[in-house]
Amino acid sequence: MNWINILIQGGLLGGFYSLFAIGLSMSFGIMRLVNIAHGDLIVLAAYVGLVATWYTGLDPFMSLVIVVPVMFALGYALQRGLLNQTLSGGLLPPLLVTFGISIIIQNGLLQGFGAYDHRLQEGAIETASLRLPGGLSIGVYPLLVFAVAILAIASLQLLFYRTRLGRAFRAVSDDSDTAELMGIDNRKLYALALGIAMVFTAIAGVLFGIRTIFAPSAGPIRLILAFEAVIIGGLGNMWGTLIGGMVLGIAQAIGAAVDPNWQTLAGHLAFLAILIVRPSGLFPRTRD
Amino acid sequence: MTLLRTQNLSAFYGDFQALFEINLTVEQGETVAIIGANGAGKTTFLRAVAGTIESAPEMVMFDDQPIGDKTPHEIVRLGIAMVPEGRRLFPSLSVEENLLLGTHSERKGPWNLKRVYELFPRLYDLRHLPAPSLSGGQQQMAAVGRSLMSNPRLLLCDELSLGLAPVVIRDIYQCLGTVTAEGTTVVLVEQDINRALDASARFYCFQEGHLALTASVKGFDRAAITAAYFGV
Repeated sequence: MNWINILIQGGLLGGFYSLFAIGLSMSFGIMRLVNIAHGDLIVLAAYVGLVATWYTGLDPFMSLVIVVPVMFALGYALQRGLLNQTLSGGLLPPLLVTFGISIIIQNGLLQGFGAYDHRLQEGAIETASLRLPGGLSIGVYPLLVFAVAILAIASLQLLFYRTRLGRAFRAVSDDSDTAELMGIDNRKLYALALGIAMVFTAIAGVLFGIRTIFAPSAGPIRLILAFEAVIIGGLGNMWGTLIGGMVLGIAQAIGAAVDPNWQTLAGHLAFLAILIVRPSGLFPRTRD
Repeated sequence: MTLLRTQNLSAFYGDFQALFEINLTVEQGETVAIIGANGAGKTTFLRAVAGTIESAPEMVMFDDQPIGDKTPHEIVRLGIAMVPEGRRLFPSLSVEENLLLGTHSERKGPWNLKRVYELFPRLYDLRHLPAPSLSGGQQQMAAVGRSLMSNPRLLLCDELSLGLAPVVIRDIYQCLGTVTAEGTTVVLVEQDINRALDASARFYCFQEGHLALTASVKGFDRAAITAAYFGV
């Protein structure tokens, strides 16, 4: 019974990790951009949510009405004004620039908010739980986050495979030069892509801020978790990313059950093990 | 009316000069062939017109507007579509999705999905398959169809016959007749001289980045073409 509990708690935690990973997966999938600042952008979104709750009195969930458009605009502007300039020069320039953005965000937050831990207070839902037969108990909040993750991935799949914009995203991902010959303005499309990626980053950030305390230095760890979820699931496969997140969460839950000190390490070890056995992840999307 | 005119068009890859002051005109509604050996600068010329290679604005005039400095996505919106060498279909998209990509230029005109399927009936049955699962000839049809979907005034075709069986090449060139009948102007780049000349009224022969010969096809001595082609 205890093991079932571990699997469930770990799997639900995976919803969180896959939510972290969606934006990263999208920007890599469409513009081959490895966004080192991704984790810090998640944390930044949590701070934007914090400020929004301070000044408007909205509760954290409702603050998304502000956080989502702000992050979308930030993503659009970042790609249009800065990252587009780096994409023609190979893999290194975007890595260096996003690494720089990461440092700027961390230190900017440190300057503005100090090194203190903050939290978004959502009230009773944080601790509410559902009692299941057999003595199992599931937190309402992790369940909610998991549902949001599924919803987020499903809506992205709809966007990619059922809309004109999604078709353009996939075409640009395949062959950006030829897409340009078809009349697609790649730079505008990339900006839109990072904007949309940041919508999911905004949601991830606020939900993260409700779940745990955060500080300006919390970004890099979210980045690593997101990376691991994407790689375990297989690049370019959004549902794979959900599975990747769950594998990570379950490994952590098992590690924590053995010894609480092992929680984080167990996740990384699972990641390494999968990388050794299947270097391209569990469900890589086959390309030509 | 002159649809396309290049004025002393030169093009470079880094320090390497691939085109030397090319002056060439294409009249509205005609089909023109550009022939030449490997490395003569034919593809470079098409790229310069389509905007993949940037040049000075006045070097490429389309409909009397300078377009040499415009980007490819701006140029296709003006009505120049390219069927790239090697087809370059999008591998993760279905055949129909590839065709629909042509509509991103937002140009109105006679061509739509229905018309393209009438032109290439075989594509209709294959429309939900991923593009890489098609045969070479079918892929070429899809690539031509995709460019037609942007309702171009000028269609640039780069090596339509490359790697295809003669019977398939014949089919595709037959369909090209339907395209020109719509009033679309076509520039054909080919290494297969006879194929290109049969389909065109005039031709230009490139040689090592220079214009070596230009004439109307009718009654022209093929021996002279061969001489210009090989530069002997």
